[in-house]
Amino acid sequence: MNEAVKFSVRGLEVRFGDVVALRGIDLEVPARSILGAIGPAGSGKTAFLRALNRLNDLSPNCRVTGQVLLDGEDINRPEYDVVRLRKRVGMVFALPVPLPMSIFDNVTYGPRLSGSRKRGQLQERVERSLRAAFLWEEVKDRLDMSGMRLSGGQQQRLCLARVLAMEPEVILLDEPCSGLDPVSTSRIEEALVALKSDYTIVLVTNNTKQAARVADRTVFFLTGEVIECGPTAQIFTAPRDQRTNDYVSGRFG
Amino acid sequence: MKPVGERVVEWTLKGLAFSALASLLLIAVFIFMEGAPFMVRLGVKDFLFSSDWRPQEGHYGIFAMIVASVWVTLGAMLVGAPLGIAGAVFLNEFAPESVRRVIKPMIELLAGIPSVVYGFIGVMVVAPLIREHLGGAGLSVLAAALILGVMILPTVISISSDAIGSVPRSYREGALALGATRWQSVHMVVLKAARSGIAASVILGMGRAVGETMAVIMVAGNAVTIPHSPLDSVCTLTAKIALEMGSAVGLHRQALFATGVVLFIGIMVLNGLAMAAMKKRSART
Amino acid sequence: MRIPPKASQAIAVALLGGATLLTLAVLVFVIVFVLGKGLPVINWAFLLDVPREMGKAGGIFPTIVGTLVLPLVAIAIALPMGVGTAVYLTEYTRPGRVTSVIRFGTDCLAGIPSIIFGLFGYIFFVTILRMGWCILSGALTLAIMVLPTIIRTAEEAIKAVPNSYREVSYSLGATRWETVLKAVLPNALPGIVTGVMLSVGRCIGETAAVIFTAGTALRLPDSLFDSARTMAVHFYILAREGISNENAYGTAAVLVISVLIVNSVSYWMMHKFISGRSA
Repeated sequence: MNEAVKFSVRGLEVRFGDVVALRGIDLEVPARSILGAIGPAGSGKTAFLRALNRLNDLSPNCRVTGQVLLDGEDINRPEYDVVRLRKRVGMVFALPVPLPMSIFDNVTYGPRLSGSRKRGQLQERVERSLRAAFLWEEVKDRLDMSGMRLSGGQQQRLCLARVLAMEPEVILLDEPCSGLDPVSTSRIEEALVALKSDYTIVLVTNNTKQAARVADRTVFFLTGEVIECGPTAQIFTAPRDQRTNDYVSGRFG
Repeated sequence: MKPVGERVVEWTLKGLAFSALASLLLIAVFIFMEGAPFMVRLGVKDFLFSSDWRPQEGHYGIFAMIVASVWVTLGAMLVGAPLGIAGAVFLNEFAPESVRRVIKPMIELLAGIPSVVYGFIGVMVVAPLIREHLGGAGLSVLAAALILGVMILPTVISISSDAIGSVPRSYREGALALGATRWQSVHMVVLKAARSGIAASVILGMGRAVGETMAVIMVAGNAVTIPHSPLDSVCTLTAKIALEMGSAVGLHRQALFATGVVLFIGIMVLNGLAMAAMKKRSART
Repeated sequence: MRIPPKASQAIAVALLGGATLLTLAVLVFVIVFVLGKGLPVINWAFLLDVPREMGKAGGIFPTIVGTLVLPLVAIAIALPMGVGTAVYLTEYTRPGRVTSVIRFGTDCLAGIPSIIFGLFGYIFFVTILRMGWCILSGALTLAIMVLPTIIRTAEEAIKAVPNSYREVSYSLGATRWETVLKAVLPNALPGIVTGVMLSVGRCIGETAAVIFTAGTALRLPDSLFDSARTMAVHFYILAREGISNENAYGTAAVLVISVLIVNSVSYWMMHKFISGRSA
């Protein structure tokens, strides 16, 4: 059982200045499956996600306490290699952020950091990543075009491909479909379901139906705390907590 | 743990970041080192308050030059400040967008014209006009003030323009809603709100005028006397330094550096005042 | 008698507009005067010939070379210092005592007049370091003079790079320096180049800081340790010593045209850069 757990979070607390974004979080993220994180805006789900690749470090006034174990190793220890962590734990942001460079250079940003320079190797990786993100067919003839010129949905799949190209173990997604149309959303969801056999995926979403569609397990955040966590079917059909029930049935949020 | 390369980069950048500060200190130290001991040996009072500058005979008094710098600078302010502030107000409050888009870059170009060119125009055009119509030699306080007044226009316009532009729109709208005309809203509300920024622009303009050298050498006439009229020829602190630096040795050179010390302190005081005015503005908004 | 508000507005607008027109008229006059007197003097021989009889006859070729080389070397020195400072201030520290001390130093440096730079360069580079009057002494002095401009424009440009680019870069496992190098600086480049162009414009027109550091030799320089004369210095000497008004006008015209081109390019770039950001 233990080896099937990718992240084990214990007593996690995240503060921004005086504001407590997350408190007392105990949670396990199972390997090779999709964990959906739902909750209203400001419930702390994004802060949770960013605690998993220590991106909260970038906010000047942020303080993180507690343990986050990745394969049993605490990533919050000061001497932990953050750069290596982020290569193992990729992230897709809410708004698509293609860097202002070609599609090819976007996808190879991570690998090139790790020192891969050979065009042939990179080419193969680009194709593999773009295929896995269901984008290859649309862009294979124009890899030298700027990533900024793709449509919003394509940009987000480009961002997913960029993460896949690093060959990470975990993919974090922060409301990846919030700015996308239904067709683009379903393409992303398709890609995620196909990817979960190889990757551990944590999907933060403000769209409860999306969690219901793709997540294996779902966790419900409210005002910085975990209210309930369990198999998706149970969270949506037989929640134990009244607040979970209210939220998934659309009574608030 | 950060890799070694990253730490080397960080320390290098940190070192570079102090380059401006280090340059400033280096400049201050070397100018003072060359000039201050001389000033002390001669007596600060004799140096500052005597008008007798005859290096060959060992007389080094810069009072006439200080007075000249003050006159020329104040004259330049009389020309440049009203014109510059008026220009900034017009461009920000009354000019249509299309006009502004043409005029602003033109004024920036005014800033790029080298000071020697202004000096030359002063010699070829301004000084003869003064000589013919007002008398005197032409090369004078007045000529220098006119030329410097134009040279500081871009500074005054661009900084007061920023100050006026950063007055919240609601201030204007409030005045207009009370039935004020556009001009009333400008001179009763906008100018009041932007006054520290405008003051900063004028002080910075003064700093430029005090420090300007080449144009002044060409048009001020360079006579070391205390001027009695705007048509008299004068020699400013900067002009004296530049004129004699090439040939000065020994005590004479030290005296010129001591003059540089006086100039340096004067400029720093003006810059300090301008910074304080700017800070006041940013603290209030 | 009270002037009615409408009338006082009309008078005010007329006065303010008049002042603005006057400013523009001066600008137009300066340019038309210099070009009008100078352009007839300019021909290929004037541009490509060496000066004869101290510049009374012949061309200005060595001073064109001096005007090209001096700013180039100055920028080569100031650019790493300035951009390094800007990167440190924006990416490596948070606003605090250190940054405000550095900013204070930069602001003070920006206010120092060029004659003081000239004095400093003369005593420090030329005399104490025994470099003599040479291109390198002049360029080092100019580098210090334009450093504040480069720092400020680079800082603005770096701050304008969207934060999301940094987040993406870090999230892909980039170190801080890799993020600066690959995600931040390429996108700040137009702004940095604008600062460089502004600085080049200032170097080209500079006289007081150059004349005491780079010297006034009229020969074509062989190395960075040779003295060189820029167009601005040449023009000053021609005009001041009354060597040749005709050649002075010609030099002034070339000088003004160069400065106008450099400044127009930087102004155009700055605006392209700003509108590109907001789009």
